[in-house]
Amino acid sequence: MSSLTPWQALPHAGAVDAETAARPETGGWRTGLKPQVDLSCCVNCLLCWIYCPDSAVKLDGTTFDGFDLAHCKGCEICAEICPVDAIAMVPEERTP
Amino acid sequence: MSRLKTLARREAGLPPLAGGHSLCQGCGIPAVVRTVLGSFDRPVVVVNATGCLEVATTRFPTTAWNVPWVHVAFENAAAVASGVEAAKRALRRRNGLPDDQEPAVVVFAGDGGTYDIGLQALSGALERGHRFLFVCYDNEAYMNTGIQRSGATPFGASTTTSPSGLESLGKAQQRKDMTAIAIAHHVPYVGQAAGSHWQDLSEKVERAAAADGPAFLNVLTNCPLGWGHEPRIGIHVLDAAVESCFWPLYEVVDGRFRLTYEPEEMLPIEEWLRPQARFAHLLRPENADLVAEIQRRVGADWDDLRSRCEEGVPA
Amino acid sequence: MSTSELQLLTGGEAVAEAMRQIDPDVVPVYPITPQTPIIQTFAKFVADGAAHGELVDVESEHSAMSAAIGSALAGARTMTATSSQGLALMAEVVYIAAAMRAPIVMALGNRALSGPINIHCDHSDSMLIRDSGVVQLFAENAQEAYDLTVLGTRLAERLDVMLPVLVCQDGFTITHSAEPVALLPDQAVRDFVGDYAIPHPLLESAHPTTQGPFAMPDYYFELRRQQIAALEAALDALPELALEYAQLSGRAYGPLEPYRLDDAERVLVALGSAAGTIKDVVDELRDEGEHVGLLKIVSFRPFPAGAVVELLRGVPSVIVLDRAASPGGAAPLRAELASALSGEPAHVGGHVYGLGGRDLHPEDVRDVFAERAGDYVGLRSEPCLA
Repeated sequence: MSSLTPWQALPHAGAVDAETAARPETGGWRTGLKPQVDLSCCVNCLLCWIYCPDSAVKLDGTTFDGFDLAHCKGCEICAEICPVDAIAMVPEERTP
Repeated sequence: MSRLKTLARREAGLPPLAGGHSLCQGCGIPAVVRTVLGSFDRPVVVVNATGCLEVATTRFPTTAWNVPWVHVAFENAAAVASGVEAAKRALRRRNGLPDDQEPAVVVFAGDGGTYDIGLQALSGALERGHRFLFVCYDNEAYMNTGIQRSGATPFGASTTTSPSGLESLGKAQQRKDMTAIAIAHHVPYVGQAAGSHWQDLSEKVERAAAADGPAFLNVLTNCPLGWGHEPRIGIHVLDAAVESCFWPLYEVVDGRFRLTYEPEEMLPIEEWLRPQARFAHLLRPENADLVAEIQRRVGADWDDLRSRCEEGVPA
Repeated sequence: MSTSELQLLTGGEAVAEAMRQIDPDVVPVYPITPQTPIIQTFAKFVADGAAHGELVDVESEHSAMSAAIGSALAGARTMTATSSQGLALMAEVVYIAAAMRAPIVMALGNRALSGPINIHCDHSDSMLIRDSGVVQLFAENAQEAYDLTVLGTRLAERLDVMLPVLVCQDGFTITHSAEPVALLPDQAVRDFVGDYAIPHPLLESAHPTTQGPFAMPDYYFELRRQQIAALEAALDALPELALEYAQLSGRAYGPLEPYRLDDAERVLVALGSAAGTIKDVVDELRDEGEHVGLLKIVSFRPFPAGAVVELLRGVPSVIVLDRAASPGGAAPLRAELASALSGEPAHVGGHVYGLGGRDLHPEDVRDVFAERAGDYVGLRSEPCLA
C-alpha cells in the first residue's frame, strides 16, 4: 500500500489509474498450507487457472507456470478441482 | 484450441480482475467475472453495483481491475449502464465509429442489487432495449453486509435476518424467479448459469454479447461464509445445485427456451442442502416434510421448464 | 457581440432552447411538474431533428441522474431536468455525481417538497441538496434561466470545476410564464460551450481507470476536501466566464447582483423570481425617499461570502427572505448571510415567505422594509398579543 497522500496529491475524482495503482499482496492470508503441483501429472487443463479466486495461477501462454504466492489465499480450490490430482496443499514455512 | 485456452490467451497475463482484492478465501465471484469478461472478444466497460465484488476490489487507492470500471451506487447499476450505452450511441453517431470497435457494457451486481433494490433500474433498462449484458452473481443473500436475506434467498435458508431458531425455520418465503422476470421483458437474450459450469457460462456470454439489445445472465455463485461450507468444495456445492435441478441451466433466445444442460439423473435435493450449514436445521428428522416440499417444488418447476424447452414456447 | 433574436418564451421553453443550442449527447429524462415542459419541448426538438442527442426516457429520477453519471463519465455531454420529489429521489445520486466530478447540467424547476404534496414554487428542493457539492445558480426570470444554462455548461466543464451545475428557476412563476427572451444565435452558443472533454472517459479503454471507489477513513476526508476545492474554484471561475458571456450577449452576470445598494440603510436579500418584485418595490420606495436596496444572490452554491461582505459593509440592516424553512434552525439563506456578516456591524434579520407557491406581493415587500411583517410573510395566523 502506498504511503498516505495529502489531498492535493490525489487523482482527479479519486479515479485510480489501473496501470499505476498500488496492488496489495494477499499471500499473508494463508494459514500454513500452500499449493504445490506435480508437473509430471499436470495436463494443462487450466481448470485451476479459471477457478482460482485470486488469479493466482500463472500461465506461460496456455501452459501452467506456477502459483502466484504473493496473492494465493490458500483456499484449496485448485487442489480440489484438479482432475488428475496434480495439486496438493503442503505445509509452508512462514516468517511471522 | 480449447475454449479455456482461448480465454487464457485473451487474458495474456493481464486478467481483467487480478489478485490483490479482499474477497474471501474461496469466493465464487471471481471465477464468474473472469469467465464472463474472458468470453468477450473486444474491450469491455464494467459497471459494478455496490456489494462484495465492488467493495473488495476497489479500496482506494488500490484496484484489482485492469479494465475501465465504474461504481455509482447499489440500486442503479443498470441505469448507469444505460447512460454509458446511450453515450456510446451518441458518440458513435457524432464521430462515425463502428460498433464492434467499442467497448461492450457489462454490469455485475449481486442478487441484492438485482432482485431487490436493483430491480427497478434493471427493469427500465431491459424495457428500453439498451445493448448491454447484465450479470447477476447470485449468492442468494446480502453477503457483503453480513449474510442478510434477499429476494433471492431460497425457502428455508437461515440468514442473519431470517435465522433459524427455536421458533423459526429460516426464510419463510419462496425466492423470486428473477430469470423469469427478465424473460417477461422480451429481451433478445436471457440465460441462467452457474459458476461451476464455466464452459456453459462462457458459451452463454458469447450468445448474450451477440444479442442486439439487452442480455441478462443469472449466475448461481457460491459463498463459503454465507452458505456455510469449506471454501475448498465450492465447485461441488454449485454442481449439486445443477445436478439436483434446483438451479437448471437454460437460456431463452429471442423468446425460444432451450435447456443447455440436462442431468442424467436428478440428484435428491438433500445432496444440495447437506453440504451447507445454512440448511442444516432443515435436515433434522422433524423437518422431513419441509424437505419433501422443497423436493416436490423443485421437481414441478423442472418439469415445467422442460416442457417449455421441448416445445420451444415463446416467452 | 452577437445579435440576439427576441422570442416570447416561458422559462421552461427558454431552457429547452438553450439545450437545443448546446445539443448535448445524452439527455435522460423523467417527468415531474413543473419542469415537464422543459423535457417535452426538448423531446420535440429531438423528434424533429433540431437536437441530435440520445433522449433516454428513464423509469425514475434516481435512474435519470444515474444514467447521467454513466453518460457524463463515459465521455458524453449530458443534461437533464427535475423538481421537488424528483430531486429528493435522486438526492443520493446527486451527491455521488458531485463526488465523481460529473459535469452534468440540470434544470431545476423549484417546487415545494412534500408533504403535503404541492406542485408550486418554493426553494425547499434546492435546499435539500444544499450540501451535496453541486453548483446552484438561481435565475430571476426566463432570460436568466436561458443565459445561466449556457453559462452553466461552460462552468460545469472547466477542468478545475468538473461539477454538476443546477440552473434553478421558480416553478410556475418562471417555468410557465412567458416573457421576451433574447436568444443567442445557435452557432454562438456552440462556440461558447465548445467541445466536451473529461480527464478519464470510461469508453477509452487504452488507459483503464477505476472510478467510484470504496474509501476507508484513511482517505475519505482527503477525497472530500478535493471536491470542496472544486466548488471553491467555481466561485473564482464564474466572474471570468460571465465576462466572456457578457461580451457575447451584452448581458452581465455574476455570483450576485446588487440593486441600488448605494447609501442603502435597509437591504433585502433574496433568491429567484422574488428579486423582480423586490426591485419594483425598491424603485417605488426610493422615489418616496427611502434608502433601500436589494442584494440578489445568483450563485447560492458556491456562496459568494467575500463579495457579500464587500457589498453590504456599512449597511445597518440586512433582511433575508428565505423561500425555504429549516425547521428547528435558521433558514438557509439567512444562515449564509449571518455567517458571512458575522463580525460586521450589520444587523441580519430574516423572514420565511412563499412556501408551497404562496405569492409574494409588493405590499408584502413594503411590510418587510417597514418592519411590519411577521416571521412568516403572507402566512394566515390568528392575531396574537405580541
